[in-house]
Amino acid sequence: MTLLAHLPPLQMVLPLMAGPVCLLLGRPRLCAVWALAVAGACLAIALTLLGQILDTGVISYHVGGWEPPWGIELRLDALSGLMLSLVSAIAVVVLLYAPASVRHEIPADRQGLFYTLFLLNLAGLLGMCTTGDAFNLFVFLEISSLSTYTLVSLGRGRSALRAAYVYLVLGTVGATFYVIGLGLLYMITGTLNMVDLAQHLVNADNPRTLLVGAGFVVVGLSIKLALFPLHKWLPGAYTHAPSVVSAFMAATGTKVALYVLLRLAFTVLAPSFSALHLPHPVTVEGMALILGLTGMISASVSAFLQTDLKRMLAYSSVAQIGLMVAGAALLTPTSVTGSLVHLINHAVLKATVFLALGGVLMRLGSVRLEDLAGAGRRLPLTMGAFLLGALSLVGIPGTAGFIGKWTLLLAALEQDRWGVAVLIGAGSLLTLAYVWRVVEVAWLRPAPAQAARVPEIPLSMLVPLGVVGVANLVFGVYTAPTLGLARAASTALLGGATP
Amino acid sequence: MQNRPIARIGAKILTPPLMLFALYVQFHGDLGPGGGFQAGVIFAVGFILYALLFGLERARRAVPPGLLLPLAALGVLIYAGTGVAGLLLGGSYLDYNVLAHEPHHGQHLGIFLVELGVGLTVSSIMTTLFFCFAGRGR
Repeated sequence: MTLLAHLPPLQMVLPLMAGPVCLLLGRPRLCAVWALAVAGACLAIALTLLGQILDTGVISYHVGGWEPPWGIELRLDALSGLMLSLVSAIAVVVLLYAPASVRHEIPADRQGLFYTLFLLNLAGLLGMCTTGDAFNLFVFLEISSLSTYTLVSLGRGRSALRAAYVYLVLGTVGATFYVIGLGLLYMITGTLNMVDLAQHLVNADNPRTLLVGAGFVVVGLSIKLALFPLHKWLPGAYTHAPSVVSAFMAATGTKVALYVLLRLAFTVLAPSFSALHLPHPVTVEGMALILGLTGMISASVSAFLQTDLKRMLAYSSVAQIGLMVAGAALLTPTSVTGSLVHLINHAVLKATVFLALGGVLMRLGSVRLEDLAGAGRRLPLTMGAFLLGALSLVGIPGTAGFIGKWTLLLAALEQDRWGVAVLIGAGSLLTLAYVWRVVEVAWLRPAPAQAARVPEIPLSMLVPLGVVGVANLVFGVYTAPTLGLARAASTALLGGATP
Repeated sequence: MQNRPIARIGAKILTPPLMLFALYVQFHGDLGPGGGFQAGVIFAVGFILYALLFGLERARRAVPPGLLLPLAALGVLIYAGTGVAGLLLGGSYLDYNVLAHEPHHGQHLGIFLVELGVGLTVSSIMTTLFFCFAGRGR
């Protein structure tokens, strides 16, 4: 076999091995270059894999030469390929941006540790997207979660430790629920391979165990992806983590958790659930829809009430995740496509705004609304990028954020779900309201008289910020790659499993 | 605890068999109960017992903390490296069959190396954790 055939395991083994190497390297500068090189290699692998998947269909790799369902299978379809490319691309951008920001925010003796943890986190996220084995998935979930807890705790001040601890407790509850649920499903079927699990669950003669198991799995994952009302860990963690960590978490962490939920719900659980003919008046997708939309509205209102911009954007993440879950819960090809394209575009725009705030924190020393008067004129380029991301978040036509919301709106109207469509519109208006508060303070209010002139952020931060900033416009106009990929991925997800 | 001769001498007598037993659990792990994780914990207990009875300073001299993290990293690299070796020798990732001239020996060698990596990482991490907690507030 050529090396090309081994790309699926190398995708996550590369950062997994590179992390400990980083620990051996020790010097922060060396680690930064090394981590960037590894992320670049991961991106190259991901894009190659995506090309292979789009050409030849699903890739299945047997770890250790053991046939599935006995051995661990790595299974890659269009959705996995999409997630791998997205996560590695964001990792490259964030690591390009990281050195200057990390030097500013993290003590020197912990900078090497930051890169080690970042690579381990990347390994966990990429592993979750490659594996076709439900327990293997748990292992990667823990690798990424444990490294994220530590990354959050690297933030400044004691509040970062507290936020990391809250996240640790809730994240562990989530992971434990997932394993309990998986254990129950294993009890019925005796298998952990996702495809095999789905086939055996359809014939399961114990619907109660199935229901309880599925409940544990779904609730556990909902904590991880911060679905309302299980989102309480997220605002603290995003607010107090170092800027680069917030950007990476917001762009990838919850997105991959959402991927896992969709994967398990559609591939593993949906066939057996539709075979069950549940007698309950409230269906699973109905519940997901209600929670998603409620989350979107309530988190948007919370975002409006915040004065710390990082916390505001954290609540906005909860809202957008709610929108994605609600979209997927409509269960039509258009709605799932809309959810997935919003997932991609939201990752890009949240990376933009969080990275921009990292620059603001570096130059102005605060990201609180009252300290940002005139910031738009003091840091025109950084705040310009922020504005691009923020407009995209609102969903102004011509920006990336518009595409996802529009597709979801169409999906709702296709089904004559006027209520859902109105709520999506209302969510966008609320977003406009909290974004406008920032615009008003940063551009329309004059800078305080005693404010010193500050230089723009260093070029090494400005370039990656510019790249993601412009990507918001590119993906807003030139939608073929994102929308096409999302369509292929939603076909892969819905294929076979009819709701 | 420094002035308790029975505990100190007891620990002195106990430590070598403890570490020997850890090595037994490590190397016998692929045939019987045991393996890298258990062995690593038992091995680390040797150091922790020493630190409890003779003080943190002497334990730090016996196991320099600067050595522990690189050792932990090395363990992970041995594990993942074994997988990559299988891949480079023509099998798939973590395929032990191709590691030696015939599959039986290959499986033996593969699990031996992987467990060695696990043992190394677990024992150094356990010791590091102990040093971290014991060194708080100093």
